This record gives sequence, C-alpha cells and structure tokens, in this order.
Amino acid sequence: MQRRHFLAIMGASAFLPALPARALTDASAKKLVDSLVNDVNKVITSGKSEKAMYSEFARIFARYSDTSYISAYAMGADGRTASKAQKRAFSEAFQSYIARKYGRRFREFIGGRLEVKSVRRVKNWYEVDTTAFLQGEAPFTVTFHVSNRTGRDLFFNMFIEGINLLLTERAEVGALIDRNGGNIDGMIRDLKSAG
Amino acid sequence: MTIFSRLHRASVLVLVVSLLGACAGSNGTAITPEGINDPNEKANRGVHEFNRSLDRAFIRPAGVGYTNFVPDGLEDGITNFALNLEEPKNMVNSLLQGNLRGAGLSLFSFVTNTTLGFGGIIDATRELGIPENDTDFGETLYVWGVGEGNYIELPFLGPSTHRRTAGLVVDLFTNPLSAVFDGRSRFFYLTPAGFASGLSARGRFTDTIDSVLYESADSYAQARLIYLQNRRFKLGDAESSTEIDPFELDTEGF
Repeated sequence: MQRRHFLAIMGASAFLPALPARALTDASAKKLVDSLVNDVNKVITSGKSEKAMYSEFARIFARYSDTSYISAYAMGADGRTASKAQKRAFSEAFQSYIARKYGRRFREFIGGRLEVKSVRRVKNWYEVDTTAFLQGEAPFTVTFHVSNRTGRDLFFNMFIEGINLLLTERAEVGALIDRNGGNIDGMIRDLKSAG
Repeated sequence: MTIFSRLHRASVLVLVVSLLGACAGSNGTAITPEGINDPNEKANRGVHEFNRSLDRAFIRPAGVGYTNFVPDGLEDGITNFALNLEEPKNMVNSLLQGNLRGAGLSLFSFVTNTTLGFGGIIDATRELGIPENDTDFGETLYVWGVGEGNYIELPFLGPSTHRRTAGLVVDLFTNPLSAVFDGRSRFFYLTPAGFASGLSARGRFTDTIDSVLYESADSYAQARLIYLQNRRFKLGDAESSTEIDPFELDTEGF
C-alpha cells in the first residue's frame, strides 16, 4: 500500500511554473512537468525549514494549478445547487484545506526525486507519467493531467499509484456534506477546520 | 496425511470455492459511480470500527514504538527479510499468470538476496535497480478472468475484495516455503518477520494512515476508495474514463 506516497507527492504539486498561453502539445505538457520536477527537486535540496516549504506550497499551489476546475470537481453534483457566494467560499476553503493537508507532509519527500517518463495525449488533455524515488522506498508512479483549458498550461489532477487525488477528495467533501445533512455552508465551515 | 489435515484442507477448499462463487455472483449487484461494489456495507462498517479501535489501542502504538525504538538498519533488515520470503510465492503466481519475465525477476531476486543479501536482510536487487515483482493469487485470478467480487473489510487485515481474499487463502498454500518450513519454524521465523514488517509500515506511514483513519470525515469510505483504486491500478484494471473532460466541467463561479 502506497498511501504515504500519495500524500507525500501532493506536496510536489505546489511547484508548478506558469507558462504563456499557447496550444497544448506533447512537448509543452512534458515541459510543464519537467519544470515542475526541477522546481520540486530544487526545493527539496534547498534545505529550507518545513514551515518555509509549507508556505511556499500554499502560495504556488493557488497560483499554478487549475484551481477552479479542482474546486468544481471536488464539490461534485452539489455544486449545481450552490450559490455564487458558496462556490467562492468553497473554492477558497478547499484550496487552503489541500495546502494544509498535503503541505505538512512535505518532509516525507526530503531526499527524494521525480523523473518524467512519458507523455500521452488523452482526449484533449495530456497525461504525463513520472517515477518518484523516495529514500528507502521502491520507485512508484505519479501521473499528472495537464490541460490549457484556462489558456495556460496547468495541471488539473494527479494520481499516485492509481489513486486519483480529486476523486478521493470529492468523496471526502461528499462525506462532509452528508454529515451536515446536505447543508453546504456547514460543509464549508467543517472544511476550514479539517486537514 | 492425518484425518485432521484432510479436514483442514477440505475446509480451506470450501472457503475458496465459496469466495469465488461470490466473485461470479456479484456482477448483478449495484455499483456506485466510483465503481464500488459494496452490498455488505453495513457489516463492513462494523468490521471497520473494530479494526479502528484495534489500531488505536494496539497496532498504532506498537508500530510507532517499533519505528522509533528499533534502529533503522535493523528495521529495514527485518522488512527485507520478510519481503524476500514472499518471492517464491511471487514466482509461482507469475508462472500461473504466464508472466515469465516476472517469474524470472522473482527467482533472480530470491537467489541474489538470499546469498549476496545475507539471507534476505539486504535488498541487494533494489540496490542494483532490479524491478520488483510483487504479485499474489488474487492477481492470478484476475488474469484468469475471475471478477473482483464485492468489497470486503477483513478483521485485522483491512480492505480487500472477495477475489483478493480467495487469493490470500490460496497463497498460504502456494508459497513453496510452506513445504520447506515445518509448523514450528514457520511460527518462529516467518510469522514474526511478517508481523514486524507490518508494524514497521504502520509506524513509518503513520501520518498518512492517521489522516485516513482518524482525520477524514468518513474513514470507511476513504479507505475503501483508496484501496480499490490502488489495487485496480496494480492489476492494470484501472478505468481511465472517470476523468471529467476539463473543457466540459462547469467551473463557473469557482
């Protein structure tokens, strides 16, 4: 079971660089993840404190991933009935929840590295496979999904050994909604203290 | 063969056959959008609560203590020793799956780690960059076309499926080492090594396991979803169609 890897690599998603808008190609999808991998490796070897890594993570995650897609997906079908204000509040709460939950595990990644292996087109996005090497662990697969839906190349999902980040977090948000008897505001309140 | 061991084998056979029957019969039952087939959710949740209290009271403290107090080198050595003893089982299952490369990797790993790795204490093949070949009879059943069956949470062992559970039972017997070690040496070497490597995993991955078991809103649902996705990925049975096209999702307002 590689759950730890799933969580450890979430930290890695923070370091996506922004690229100028243009058609998404095999090469640009690979370039995006290559830059991500470079930046991740740079931060890992920077010797910064955990706290510094964590705040860097929160800031860069908000800036370089497709946050509106990620939030909309995580809210699932309940998003259809949510008001504009609720969507905005959820988006904000969810992003900081992700940053808290995965950011504090960044230390598990210290001493490790990621290598880009292959790129494959799927419908109108790209799937970039990388291999993660963590100290004392068997290598494992981390997959990024990249699209230019927003006009910029951004990653919108990632998989660690087949575990889909968004699907897993959508189940968690769904459980919070159930716990609040279907009340979206209650779910958002809980999300702010979760992670 | 004594009457007792005949009866014992017969009861194992009955268990495996009934689990396989469950795999075949599960095709008509309800499946959620996430592809989860869990008609016995209520009973499974009961087992989950049992496992959680067991973990809280014993396994977690023991695992964390084990990782903190046993020197890393020794801890790795014990885990490597336990994993090396799995290689004959991996080899047999790879052969049953028609996977000659996998069988060769496991044979090579077992011979190399047992000799150059001092009885398996050092994972020499990992140092050499040789890929791991980790498989089981559950995977063999998958290759043979047996359905996954229902999701089931096993007491002590955690998330599983009917197919995987049938595989676990069969693997107790397909491991060629079972024939080499008699009951007593198995009790003194094999079982403690496996148990220790389990504690080691609980201790090392404690932040992550805690976040699933104790920090999520519905730990049963999280464990089930994470287990099934990871297991299907391992078997090459993952569905790529669960992704929502980024250009089709309504992201207005988010």
